[in-house]
Amino acid sequence: MATTECTQVDVAVLGAGPSGMAAAIHAAEAGVDVALIDEHPQAGGAIWRGLANASGSRRQTLLRDYPDGGAMLDRLGAAKLRRIHAATVWEVTRDRVIFYSQAGVARQLAARRIILANGALERPMPFPGWTMPGVLTAGAAQIMLKTSGITPPGPVVMAGSGPLVLLVAAQLLEAGQPPEAIIDTTPRGNWKRALRHLPVQSSARQILAKGLKLKRDLRRAGIPVYRGATDLEALGDETVSGVRFRHRTHMTTLNCSTLLVHCGVVPNTQISRAIGLDHVWDETGQFWRPHVDDMQRSSVAGILIAGDGGGIAGAEAAVHSGRIAAMAALDGLADVSETAFDHERKALARHKAIRPFLDTFYAPAAEFQRPGNDTIVCRCEEVTAGQIRQLVRQGCHDPNAVKSLGRAGMGPCQGRYCGQTVSRLVAEVRNEPVSDVGYFRLRPPIKPVTLGELASLTPDEARNDG
Amino acid sequence: MMARGADVIVVGGGLHGLSAALHLSLRGAKVLVLEKDYSGRHASGVNAGGVRRLGRDLAEVPLSVEAMKLWHGIEQLVDDDCGFTRCGQVLVAETEKELDLLRTRAASVVALGFDHEEVIGASELLELVPAIAPHCKGALVSRDDGAALPFKTANAFRRKAEALGATVLTGAEVTNVSHADGIWQVETPQGRMDAPVLVNAAGAWGGKIAGMTGDPVPLEAHAPMLMITEPVAPFLTPVLGAAGRTLSFKQFDNGTLLIGGGFKGYADTDINRAETRLSGLTESARTVQALFPQLRDVRIVRAWAGLEGVLPDMIPVLGRSQRWETAFHSFGYSYHGFQLSPITGKIIADLVTDGQSDLPIDPFAPERFV
Repeated sequence: MATTECTQVDVAVLGAGPSGMAAAIHAAEAGVDVALIDEHPQAGGAIWRGLANASGSRRQTLLRDYPDGGAMLDRLGAAKLRRIHAATVWEVTRDRVIFYSQAGVARQLAARRIILANGALERPMPFPGWTMPGVLTAGAAQIMLKTSGITPPGPVVMAGSGPLVLLVAAQLLEAGQPPEAIIDTTPRGNWKRALRHLPVQSSARQILAKGLKLKRDLRRAGIPVYRGATDLEALGDETVSGVRFRHRTHMTTLNCSTLLVHCGVVPNTQISRAIGLDHVWDETGQFWRPHVDDMQRSSVAGILIAGDGGGIAGAEAAVHSGRIAAMAALDGLADVSETAFDHERKALARHKAIRPFLDTFYAPAAEFQRPGNDTIVCRCEEVTAGQIRQLVRQGCHDPNAVKSLGRAGMGPCQGRYCGQTVSRLVAEVRNEPVSDVGYFRLRPPIKPVTLGELASLTPDEARNDG
Repeated sequence: MMARGADVIVVGGGLHGLSAALHLSLRGAKVLVLEKDYSGRHASGVNAGGVRRLGRDLAEVPLSVEAMKLWHGIEQLVDDDCGFTRCGQVLVAETEKELDLLRTRAASVVALGFDHEEVIGASELLELVPAIAPHCKGALVSRDDGAALPFKTANAFRRKAEALGATVLTGAEVTNVSHADGIWQVETPQGRMDAPVLVNAAGAWGGKIAGMTGDPVPLEAHAPMLMITEPVAPFLTPVLGAAGRTLSFKQFDNGTLLIGGGFKGYADTDINRAETRLSGLTESARTVQALFPQLRDVRIVRAWAGLEGVLPDMIPVLGRSQRWETAFHSFGYSYHGFQLSPITGKIIADLVTDGQSDLPIDPFAPERFV
């Protein structure tokens, strides 16, 4: 039988988005042995997706939105490190062995330090009809635009809330296929609550100015915006053909072939959960995130968190938290400059200053967090919110009991799309805070792995028999 | 507190505790179940769900046969089908030598007066399991055995026990047990609970509770592991094991395959956690590949481990305390308690209410380790 030997490195970085690239570059430039592992064929993460092999006008467009990407990719290209692309990480142990598959072959890598730079996922947005073909996330549409310049079949309507709705609408406009309308589901009361967090820092003002400019561009293009919309529902038989919602006092229906939805992003905690790191419920951001200290260290020694995977703060902040994580990871392996460390920390704080405002302003509507009884919550196993509420009333007071009995979260996505909603629904029925209710225990493999891949492996496990 | 005034306190809200609570409640006892997590959190809810008489320790066979009768009418007992299917159980022999051992085994079961196990040859095995690798020589089968859904079963037992008047207190970890003036005093974070009779059904923690009642047993916590695949087209009806390998293999109605058999993960009862061990999972994957090479590209979507109490002789502790007339034990089912659960509660109820059981439970006495 074939066996793969276990490679050893000083620092393994999981994820090659802004934070992972920054961390890997920093560690490699400090002279330690670094491996950068990513699921995609090129570095860049979601934000710089497609930049590595874009040329001509598309490269110009991509760079205009995120100018730092080009320089970062160049610097990564010059750094001396192992780059492992198109790799699916499916198991990470607490004693820092990483198992992944590449082109159908399972491999393992042992690291003295691991930096998790897993980025963000779009917040699952359950509403009636959200599982129908033709309903996509705004992020998915953006990835298609970035990687291949393809726009989704029109007419396109966008629904939801968050900066990405504006950005993708503007990108579609530029690509020659503007959305027919934007159904803005940002709750009306958010604005007032957010005002007291209105930031004064210049970096934050730049972000706000960027947002206001996008809004202006969309208004000039004549794209109607339905503010404060509620009761969102996708219509159609086999695929989506329209969308219905309440605007002010009456119901409105629009025709569409694609409905792009979005209500913010949340940390991708699949790997941090699977390792068993401590997590906390972030009330402002309305998401779970791994616990990190001011040096980006997790609750397990030798495992660090960089970027949005540790809490949503955006690409610029991710670069700084990536470098901080690298510096903390280098502790004991290479010299770390206190001055550089302080510089990064201050920069990170600057970029984070706008978060309370954005998080409060774009806090998702209750209808997407605690959907109606008929709405599917778990897409893999087709479990509705009503079935979950019923299970809780029957005595399943823990998300894991709901999973065991109701199958929500048992599919191949391992709860990526339903985990947060299940916690929310348990909390709602039990009248308890989400933080007390907890979350699914995630099971290995983090991503599916074939029997053949598993069979080919002889794991290098240091632990004694338990 | 309403909990005071119970006739019986059951420590452990897993299947054996709930079964005891159910059968005691049927006889009118007021039962309080103390569960430190939630019902079915550990072995009861996450096991492979095999409802199997096949291949059991001979001491367990009479109990297993009685339990099977209850399984075949499980809906009458708990008002829920528990996902039970009578799909049969098959233990495959890959060599003539293994087949001979299975023949000997079948004969010893017959000698006890039971006829549920029979040996079949290679051609009949191919009829039962057409996808099996061609080198297999035959099998030991038990046609009326089957499988059920563990968490659904644990939940059904809990709901039925509650419907009959039992109280299941969750988040109630037992921290101490003492006996004074004919009353068991059981300490939990939710206060002290009192009752004249105590049943210890604490699974992997059963040894700890038995220590408190003066019945020390050498219980170890193990973390048997299971894996499940994505759905594939139906090809396997019975639950399948292998005489010469560590394997339990079955296909659910939704097409997913359950792979287990007893490879161990990491067990830690102190931190209440069982973790998978990759080396065991890879071994398990190799076993499946050897018997079903065509499954090479099927994807594993989930693997897990559960905490199980295991005794050195691989059979449970089931019976009265050697020290107290009013304390009873039902734990340490050593990887195969699921099928027995409907009958173990009845045995406990018999012991509590009549002082004896009709079934031969002497081999399971706690004092056997003294």
